[in-house]
Amino acid sequence: MSSATKTTVFRTVDLTKTYQMGEVEVRALRGVNLELVESEFVVLLGASGSGKSTLLNILGGLDTPTSGQVFYLDTDLTASDDRELTRYRRDHVGFVFQFYNLIPSLTARENIELITEIAVSPIDAMDALEIVGLRERANHFPAQLSGGEQQRVAIARAIAKNPQVLLCDEPTGALDVHTGIVVLEAIARINRELGTTTAVITHNASIAQMADRVIALSDGQIASVEMNVSKVNASELQW
Amino acid sequence: MLKLDRKLLRDLVHLRGQAAAIGLVIAAGVATFVMSMCAYKSLEAARARFYSEYLFADVFSSTGRSPNAIIPRLKEITGVAAVDTRLVYDVLLDVPGMSEPATARLISIPDSGQSRLNQVYIARGRMLDPLRTGEVVVSEVFADAHGFVPGDHVRAIINGKIQELSIVGIALSPEYVIQVQPGSILPDDKRFGIFWVSENDLEAAFDMAGAFNSASLRLAYGNQVEETVEVLDRLLKPFGSVGAYTRDEQISHQYLSDELTQLRGMAVLAPAIFLGVAAFLLNIAISRIITQQREQIAALKAFGYSNFEIGAHYFNLVLVITMIGTVVGILVGFVLGDSMVGAYAAFYKFPSLDFTPDWFAVAIAFLMTTVASVVGTFFAVRSAVLLPPAEAMRPEPPPSYQPSLIERLLPRKTLSPEVRMVVRNITRRPVKASFSVLGISMAVAVMILGNFSLDAMNYMMYFQFRLAQRQDLSVTFVEPATESVMYEVQNLDGVLASETIRSVPTRIRFQNRSRRVGVMGVEPDAKLFRLLDADENPVRVPDFGIMLNTKLAKLLGVRIGDLVIVEVLEDKRPTLTMKVAALVEEYSGINAYMNKNRLHEALLESKVASGAFLKVDPNRIDTVFAELERRPGVGSVSIKDAAMKSFEKTVAENLMVMRSFIIVFAGVIAIGVVYNTARISLSERSRDLATMRVVGFTNGEVSIVLLGEIAAFTIAAIPLGWLIGYVLAGAVTAGLDTDNYRIPLVIARGTFVLASLVVIAATVMSAWVVQRRVTELDLIGVLKTRE
Repeated sequence: MSSATKTTVFRTVDLTKTYQMGEVEVRALRGVNLELVESEFVVLLGASGSGKSTLLNILGGLDTPTSGQVFYLDTDLTASDDRELTRYRRDHVGFVFQFYNLIPSLTARENIELITEIAVSPIDAMDALEIVGLRERANHFPAQLSGGEQQRVAIARAIAKNPQVLLCDEPTGALDVHTGIVVLEAIARINRELGTTTAVITHNASIAQMADRVIALSDGQIASVEMNVSKVNASELQW
Repeated sequence: MLKLDRKLLRDLVHLRGQAAAIGLVIAAGVATFVMSMCAYKSLEAARARFYSEYLFADVFSSTGRSPNAIIPRLKEITGVAAVDTRLVYDVLLDVPGMSEPATARLISIPDSGQSRLNQVYIARGRMLDPLRTGEVVVSEVFADAHGFVPGDHVRAIINGKIQELSIVGIALSPEYVIQVQPGSILPDDKRFGIFWVSENDLEAAFDMAGAFNSASLRLAYGNQVEETVEVLDRLLKPFGSVGAYTRDEQISHQYLSDELTQLRGMAVLAPAIFLGVAAFLLNIAISRIITQQREQIAALKAFGYSNFEIGAHYFNLVLVITMIGTVVGILVGFVLGDSMVGAYAAFYKFPSLDFTPDWFAVAIAFLMTTVASVVGTFFAVRSAVLLPPAEAMRPEPPPSYQPSLIERLLPRKTLSPEVRMVVRNITRRPVKASFSVLGISMAVAVMILGNFSLDAMNYMMYFQFRLAQRQDLSVTFVEPATESVMYEVQNLDGVLASETIRSVPTRIRFQNRSRRVGVMGVEPDAKLFRLLDADENPVRVPDFGIMLNTKLAKLLGVRIGDLVIVEVLEDKRPTLTMKVAALVEEYSGINAYMNKNRLHEALLESKVASGAFLKVDPNRIDTVFAELERRPGVGSVSIKDAAMKSFEKTVAENLMVMRSFIIVFAGVIAIGVVYNTARISLSERSRDLATMRVVGFTNGEVSIVLLGEIAAFTIAAIPLGWLIGYVLAGAVTAGLDTDNYRIPLVIARGTFVLASLVVIAATVMSAWVVQRRVTELDLIGVLKTRE
């Protein structure tokens, strides 16, 4: 897979981000340039505080950079206003969060339908649950599901809108190895079968083995970019 | 149903305790509003119907003997649509089983069988046959008080002769919707009744053939009232008119108008208080929910829900609570309004007084509650809308705390860590703390407001009937009585002390203002009928000059030392210029007083009396009654204790009902505020509290952190509530200040204590409910989940 033959989905130019956290000023990104291409599975690897979540949030239109530019296809996200960003997220982006962020008062199925109701060309909620292997848990509330199951529901929710990009922020961060692998398998399967451009953030170097490309972030900057010659199946991962 | 709406419903179920508390506060405000407005509409509709169907007059005049020949002149007055003339006399009754005399106002019914104005509505029995002698139609309240039915007989002392009257009907009149004897503040159904008798009977008894002593006019349009009064006065002046007056000065009409004004006031004040508190409660509840759902909001935004959709979602949550509260309030308001109208039926007599739902008020209620809740939660919801999704993803930074001023002032060891946590929590968010205190203090204030009316009423009674008027009986004479009559009355067996008064109708003018006032000549060193100042000290009756009560002085804009013009409207009608020598305090009527001897001189008359105050030996009171009844000169006898008791009975009953409502409503506010505040503290601090439990603090110690705040709020709220209650009570007394009566701003210590106790009880109850949850804290669960 070479990036020359595929469409560039994301392109960033000299991204920086500084924000205020309580009484502390955090310089999360200090000049990031990268490209993500169609159907690619990228792992953004970095320690806590390396700026990877900030980068993902900016790619997903959740946050805006302090300086620099972000392009989604031909759209300059940095030139978009709040309404255009909302539209962008609504139509193109699927998110998976470390802490699942399911609505506790809605069942698994309803959590997915919450999103399909506003999507342009969604897939059926039950089909989305089928993909993550949780069809039979459709009517359970988040509190009745294990962490791994909650995260798989979150993945089903993210893909149910049929997004162009799937952005996952430490999807296994709160999970044990076994359930973590089940979740990663689900993500890999979606990338493989639906061709959704996928970016996974992690501080776990083992997970990098399943990516097409591994981008290491350190202290708000890209430290290295590596192509994986031989991708490893999620089920073979160990940590 | 949209999934976002399903989330809303489930959130609501989760919040049910708080939502119910807030809904109740809204319901209490709406209920009071709807009740007042419906009662208003019902009362006003009944009044308008009765007035128009039974031709209630616009202008009234009492005169001496006026010849019927003047009637055509009255009809010619511009704008007059109809004229009714009649005979009106107050006489004493001899009612079986009642030793004290009752007063009946006899009103003539012409041969046609119905008056031209102020017509009589027959509730039971029939109209009297004007051509038959000795028939009478009796007003309903009086008949009911004595159990009279058509067919019974009653004996009246008419012009000195005992006459047996046969009751043929029980009736109502637009002129006496409420029956208050002139000179008294309150209705006394047992001792004052209206009797309609045939004109022929009255003409014969009082030798008034071809004459009348009372005229009523109905105007074609209402805009010429002033002119009509003037013309009527001019026409009837030669016949002893004591001055025409309009509906505004007609007692029954005044009482009704005062009642309607009160209802209006209640309809404004209650929603203002309750919806203010509800808006605050919604604000803290929604703020907390939004904080709790920070990450849910972030997820919704991440998936492309727009700011508008998020905002609408939380406003919908607010509006569902508000609408449920409003609907409950409206239903309760209808029920209360219905029972209020039922209670009015005992006081105000209409042919029909039916509960009328006021749909306009219902619409206003929805509008008011919507506006209050949207305004109350606007900033909280806006914070959810403006929350940047990426920031919401990150856990909230720990709130920044600072050692408070109190801590810095006190030595380090004085405050335990628990207490320090409480103090810092309060001082970190002073605005929220102030609003909580204000909310609880509103509960205290509502209690005070609800109960003070009884204190004020008690004080008014004490002031008027114990301090100022110390007689047992007051007697009025039909004609000014000569010295011999006075001597006779004063020396009746059983009369211990007596004072006589001379009163004349006047119009007092000052600059461009004027009022019809009875000026009373009093004995300078009176022991029974005393005039007092606001500090309860007797005011010495000056040898010269006139004394006004404070209300009259205010109406005329007069101060001590000003010169007023007193036009006497009786007999030789002198016009006097008098200096205002002193002001006296009175809580009813507008009155003026002067030295009795000066009044005699001014009227160029010998010592005569219009009435007398008597102190009577309680053991011989029945003999005194019997003697008074025998005397033709005696027009009416009023018994102070009886009037007081009857008043206290009716007023106390009604106030008790009102009081229980108010205690419930104040409790609703207190519970609403305290429960919400405590519940939110618990939710905000459950992690801290669980951590404290894990490291070994006891339930009791942990509860101090949770409930210490509530205790501090309540302690601060009580004195503030006293103050607000006092101010609101002041506003209410000002609003209820009428010519008929004023309510003194008197709040008994017991009322303050009761208000405090009710609020403390509500606090303890809410605290107990929330505290139970501390013992149920899921220690491990709370620590595991990310806040």
